[in-house]
Amino acid sequence: MIAPGRTYLTDEMVAKIEALAPRYPNRRALTLPALHIVNAELRHVPLGAVVEIAAVLGLAPAEVQDTLTFYQFFHQEKPHGKVRAFVCRSVSCALRGGDHLLEHLCKQNGVEPYGTTPDGELTIEPAECLGACDFAPCILANDDLLKNMTPETAAAELKKPRARAT
Amino acid sequence: MTPFKPVLLEAVGVPDGHTIASYKSRGGYAPLEATLAGKQPTDVIEMVKSSGLRGRGGAGFPTGLKWTFLPKDHPGPIYLCINADESEPGTFNNRILMEDDPHQVIEGIILSSFATRASTAYLYLRYEYPQSWHRLQAAIDEAYAAGYLGQNIRGTNFSLDIYLHRGAAAYICGEETGLIESLEGKRAWPRIKPPFPAIEGLFRKPTVVNNIETMACVAQIARRGVDWFKSIGVPADPANPRDPGSYGPKLYCLSGHVERPGCYEAPLGITARELIEQFGGGVWKGRKAKAVIPGGISMGLMTESELDTPLDFAGPGKVGCLGLGTAAVVVIDDQTSIVDFLHNSARFFAHESCGQCTPCREGTSWSLRLLERIKAGKGRLKDLDILLEIGNTMGMMPGSTICGLADGAAWPMKNAIKKFRGEFEDYIKRTNPSGWMVTDPVPALQIVGAH
Repeated sequence: MIAPGRTYLTDEMVAKIEALAPRYPNRRALTLPALHIVNAELRHVPLGAVVEIAAVLGLAPAEVQDTLTFYQFFHQEKPHGKVRAFVCRSVSCALRGGDHLLEHLCKQNGVEPYGTTPDGELTIEPAECLGACDFAPCILANDDLLKNMTPETAAAELKKPRARAT
Repeated sequence: MTPFKPVLLEAVGVPDGHTIASYKSRGGYAPLEATLAGKQPTDVIEMVKSSGLRGRGGAGFPTGLKWTFLPKDHPGPIYLCINADESEPGTFNNRILMEDDPHQVIEGIILSSFATRASTAYLYLRYEYPQSWHRLQAAIDEAYAAGYLGQNIRGTNFSLDIYLHRGAAAYICGEETGLIESLEGKRAWPRIKPPFPAIEGLFRKPTVVNNIETMACVAQIARRGVDWFKSIGVPADPANPRDPGSYGPKLYCLSGHVERPGCYEAPLGITARELIEQFGGGVWKGRKAKAVIPGGISMGLMTESELDTPLDFAGPGKVGCLGLGTAAVVVIDDQTSIVDFLHNSARFFAHESCGQCTPCREGTSWSLRLLERIKAGKGRLKDLDILLEIGNTMGMMPGSTICGLADGAAWPMKNAIKKFRGEFEDYIKRTNPSGWMVTDPVPALQIVGAH
């Protein structure tokens, strides 16, 4: 439930953030956990949600926004797809066709890198080393590591419905 | 060579090897119980110091020595941060330890917290490792239930909580003060040192930052002893009083153009050629290696003729590489363009420069633009000298940046151009026959996205 005066943060999200508070000696350290909690639900963290997170943490909105923009991880304009696919383009994957894989998947789905299909199902993003070079080229789709991908196997994998990222 | 039996990786392939029951059946947590029953924190520090253990995260700093930099008799809190932001391209050994043997890591964290008198340990985990996150959280829950974590552990006055903290896909968070800033909720801009984290770290309190594999080593030293650890690896060079040696087993991540990529455990000092042939099944498709990254992309390149270099802490530096780094060995075959390799490297660093220091922010993005121009067939021989000039002037070593990211960006550039200059020149002349000799300034290309 969204509390009066709020547009984005539900009581449940705030409770999840507050549950982590005893772990840290100050509330600013809750910034990244809070962004992850909101992003997991909304699939983006719009500026309005940033303002609400700042109110919960007792920070200036600009402090939260400063941290958010640094990471380039949290979409702000609109939600990413139900499946967010990070396609590795760093050296070990690139040596085994990672760039080709990314290009193929973007073309096939009619999106630019970081783009989302019109039906809101799939976002394709280039990623730096996913730390799975033993399975290059690889893709992280929500919580699932897709190993030793080819354009064909990746296309099939990314059509499957997937549990939400945790 | 006598076959080496994996120790750090002993749980790999064991059914349910990640559970506490399996870990205890291998002798796990017995050293912790013995330590808590009768040892002092100084005993653990002394054990780690005398083992010669050097940090496995990349810099190779002696772990026990790092611990002794903490102030004596500090009222606390003292924090231990575990660096699991493993993001160096080619590196995945921490992922394997966290997924396949999380309790080995946790026992190391508990022993290290006892030694440093830390009562809170934050494990900073990169976002891209959801499986590690779930495995670690489950293992931490088991450790609490078994009484190895929490208040007054085993009836002593030692208390410890371990908290997982997830990153958000930024390479710079692996730099220890960048990690601290990120944990505090800020942009991950590395701090000027001194003060070092041991004096003023997380939340302005004394802090030790150690890598996951370092923690696993601490657990194994406690179980198997200092003599065991020192019997493996490369002893200190008696001719060099500043060499702390390269002791112990090491996890080497082998990837790229090999038949069998994987994480392999070997004594420190194995050569790249031995790794590729004995573990990796050789260069793939029967080809030859053109170049090999010795320890993550920021360590630079070894040529084929340098592959007999021992991969200990001192080895890669002897052939002009930056160091052993994360011991991530990436093989590049002879069909690969070194121009493509360097472009890939430059793209990574331009994306991951945190933007705080101008020489790194501008140097990495301009080197990418130069390489894009070369790849687009508009390169000039002069560009190679500009790239070298950038490489020689950005970084901690020349003194122009706060952290080592720029040194890591410079090294592959300097190594590639110095060791493969002929290939770059041929490429530029072939793709830009009418303009390779031009030396006039050129208009800026499109701006690249910086991190």
